[in-house]
Amino acid sequence: MRAAVVIFPGSNRDVDVIDALAAVGGRQPIVVRHRDTELPDTDLIVLPGGFSHGDYLRSGAMAARAPVLSAVSACAKAGVPVLGICNGFQILTEAGLLPGALMANRDLKFVCRDVHLRVERADTPFTGRYAAGQVIRVPVAHHDGNYHSDADTLARIEGEGRVAFRYCTPEGHVKDAANPNGSINGIAGVYNAARNVLGLMPHPEDHVDGAQGCSDGRPMFESLVEHLS
Amino acid sequence: MNGAAVTESAMAPDPIAEHDLSEAEYRRAREILGRDPNLTELGIFAAMWSEHCSYKSSKKWLKRLPTEAPWVIQGPGENAGVVDIGDGQVAVFKIESHNHPSFIEPYQGAATGVGGILRDVFTMGARPIASLDCLRFGHPDHPKTRYLVAGVVAGIGGYGNCVGVPTVGGECTFHESYNGNILVNAMTVGLADADRIFRSKAGGAGNPVAYVGSKTGRDGIHGATMASAEFGDAAEEKRPTVQVGDPFTEKLLLEACLELMATDAIIAIQDMGAAGLTSSSFEMAGKGGMGMELDLDRVPRRETGMTPHEIMLSESQERMLMVLRRGREKEARRIFEKWEIDFAIVGRLTDTGRMVVRMNGDVAADLPIAPLADASPEYDRPWTAAAVPEQVKADSVEAPEDLGFDGVLDALRRLLASPDLASKRWVWEQYDYLVRGRTIQRPGGDAAVVRISGSRKALALSADCTPRYCAAFPRTGGAQAVAESWRNLTAAGARPLAITDCMNFGSPERPEIMGQFVECVEGMREACLALDFPVVSGNVSFYNETNGAAVQPTPVVGAVGVIDDIASMTTIALKGDGSALVLVGECRGHLGASLYLREIAGRTNGAPPPVDLEAERRNGDFVRRQISAGHVVSCHDVSDGGLLVAVAEMALASATPTGNMRGALLHLDDDPSPHALAFGEDQGRYVLEVAQDEADALMAAADAAGVPTRRIGRCGGAALTVNGEQTISLAVLRRNHEGWLPSYMAG
Repeated sequence: MRAAVVIFPGSNRDVDVIDALAAVGGRQPIVVRHRDTELPDTDLIVLPGGFSHGDYLRSGAMAARAPVLSAVSACAKAGVPVLGICNGFQILTEAGLLPGALMANRDLKFVCRDVHLRVERADTPFTGRYAAGQVIRVPVAHHDGNYHSDADTLARIEGEGRVAFRYCTPEGHVKDAANPNGSINGIAGVYNAARNVLGLMPHPEDHVDGAQGCSDGRPMFESLVEHLS
Repeated sequence: MNGAAVTESAMAPDPIAEHDLSEAEYRRAREILGRDPNLTELGIFAAMWSEHCSYKSSKKWLKRLPTEAPWVIQGPGENAGVVDIGDGQVAVFKIESHNHPSFIEPYQGAATGVGGILRDVFTMGARPIASLDCLRFGHPDHPKTRYLVAGVVAGIGGYGNCVGVPTVGGECTFHESYNGNILVNAMTVGLADADRIFRSKAGGAGNPVAYVGSKTGRDGIHGATMASAEFGDAAEEKRPTVQVGDPFTEKLLLEACLELMATDAIIAIQDMGAAGLTSSSFEMAGKGGMGMELDLDRVPRRETGMTPHEIMLSESQERMLMVLRRGREKEARRIFEKWEIDFAIVGRLTDTGRMVVRMNGDVAADLPIAPLADASPEYDRPWTAAAVPEQVKADSVEAPEDLGFDGVLDALRRLLASPDLASKRWVWEQYDYLVRGRTIQRPGGDAAVVRISGSRKALALSADCTPRYCAAFPRTGGAQAVAESWRNLTAAGARPLAITDCMNFGSPERPEIMGQFVECVEGMREACLALDFPVVSGNVSFYNETNGAAVQPTPVVGAVGVIDDIASMTTIALKGDGSALVLVGECRGHLGASLYLREIAGRTNGAPPPVDLEAERRNGDFVRRQISAGHVVSCHDVSDGGLLVAVAEMALASATPTGNMRGALLHLDDDPSPHALAFGEDQGRYVLEVAQDEADALMAAADAAGVPTRRIGRCGGAALTVNGEQTISLAVLRRNHEGWLPSYMAG
């Protein structure tokens, strides 16, 4: 798997996902910068977490206008899998590659903790190694992770089965108490219509090795390796 | 302190008063110059000789701390200390206070405290890999406490999370002595290659001096002198002296500096911290015995009309000064421009030994460097020894039943919900403790553990102090702070390497406060020597007092140890069913200055528990050997609250994602009494969880090593049970333990 990791000024979970991709895929990803206008020949594009441009205007807003996004967008249209994690998810929504928006958390505080996610479907490039309905444990670490969209869009993404993950209890129940940020319908991640673009707030890349306390995030990277081989 | 003495000079009295220079210091400045200083020069003298920058009251005593060991590569005197962790790698670390600014403006004060300590570490060429924060707030009932907790925690998170350095541990406690002076101490640990360490000693006349980072504004002027004076009623008016942080710029500055450091273009580098351009330029030139010319017209500024005085003393954040090798300016500029960071050549080194500052074609300051940098005043402040406190006899302290509690477990429930022992989850969930993906022990244990990528190694980190012990008897309290941090690292299976200290005290001009400082240092010295645990960096914060009321003496110890193989790391969480619980160390049931006495019996008297450093060493070395030999399933040191609290914390830490917990059945005998055994705070102790069939062998090995042990019970069930009679469910304990802080903050 040839993966490219796109780094913006202020990206800071790039090392986490580069480590995870190298550990699972066996190959060091290529690093691309925000001002680059072309992407290398790649099987997978990852937009990592962090605070691009300090999140100073609105999370992801300035990064979404970086030159590299045109190239990312072109690849996405051509069917290349694109994964946006946390700030990467915010950038993809700001760039219009994914629907909805990420608002400040319900209690207006940064939150870093393990959450449980229900895997909504297992037939995408990102989730083949999971089972539909499986509950996985991965951490969140964000201030603006409260997913929101207007009613029509919400109805559309729900109707088209584009919700990737929902916050849930360890038993798999989608409940307010298990929702760390107030996201509508407990949505933790969404796909584009073709399901080759995934954005999610939680960090599977921080749960790939038992030493991290849990390796429930690893199958996401294994799924991609399998899909792309 | 006042300007009365300088009426003979050409200066108006006001500027001198404003600069907080004493009469004698002003005279000395005139002697050095052979004339009256102008306003800019006066500001430079005051900043360089402020307590904050010069350590003039503490130097004499700090020199007594041991600073050397075969593994110490850099001791105090640089931006941070450096210790060898094997395989050509080093850990670079320091702790620093940002107390005064955080009280005045909690969010920015705490945020810029984090920013400053991160720069101290990456200035040395290290990539920061973890931070810890020790916070002391006033009484929970004080009207400002909630606001300060909320602001400080948000500020630390806001800065550290954005830069992308995990905040993995620390402390957060409350006491009325901090009502008017909170303490915010931030520690950062970085990782570097042993042959790529950068220092601040300038060299090579003609080499260019480069300014990088944020533009200079008027923020933070007099920050160093503010931090060197006590508060009166008008602390709020000092708000304009607090700087504003920009973590995004810090992140870019970090990456740009590390990129340039991969070349050999840098000769010396210094962060512009307290007293900004003044201290960084004087320190670099002073250490190299050089002179320097600065052209202030070239300093990037974000405000117009700034005077030389303002530019030299601004404490705008996210700035660095470096001396480059001549001819490498373009290469350096290219890297900083790539990261969109300002870069300007603002001067050059000379061999004159003088600092010559020019602006608008005028000489704004012309000062000899050595007398300011090296020959700053050193005071031998008068001090008085602390009175030896009375011993509180265990049998004189009421049992929980006599105090209206329903047995020791009911008292335990109350203790775990008391502000100092209650879970600080509300705090650390606002910190990103996972970014970089290498955190393998999260906040809430004895030590945080961060893995070194590409190896089996990890660093164990802890930051600790027990101010109530220091207040009761400073010498014991100082030794205890060092011993407890050593014990925390040991309990995780780490080999303790070295410490950094953050000495928070009231005004050194009062003999009883100076006495607290002197005796804490002496206690720390004894412990450092006994435990082979040198001090490699640190910070002194005096004048933590308001209207004459000082904080409890708080010498915070930040400690770093190495775990050679993460397979032999231990955590505090109980794991087995039926496994034996073994207490290591002697139990005398010491209740003086204990949390039981304060929270349950409502008294704060008595001597702190004695610290027997030989026993501490013996017990800790034994525990570490047992851990590395694989005989220990889980381990927790016994500290605040005593044995029963330690076991409860181990049980609560065992919670699975679904909330299941592993309990324990304990036996507490009558010698001296069950509550003294349960809550006594005797030092040098650990609780070990050991497989039943290995317990006898472990206890025999302890006996042979002269280490006392006793079986205190076994793991099992979902409750804590004492002597087969009293039981409390872990779910109830957890609700109490987790509940206090969120409900307090919501109140």
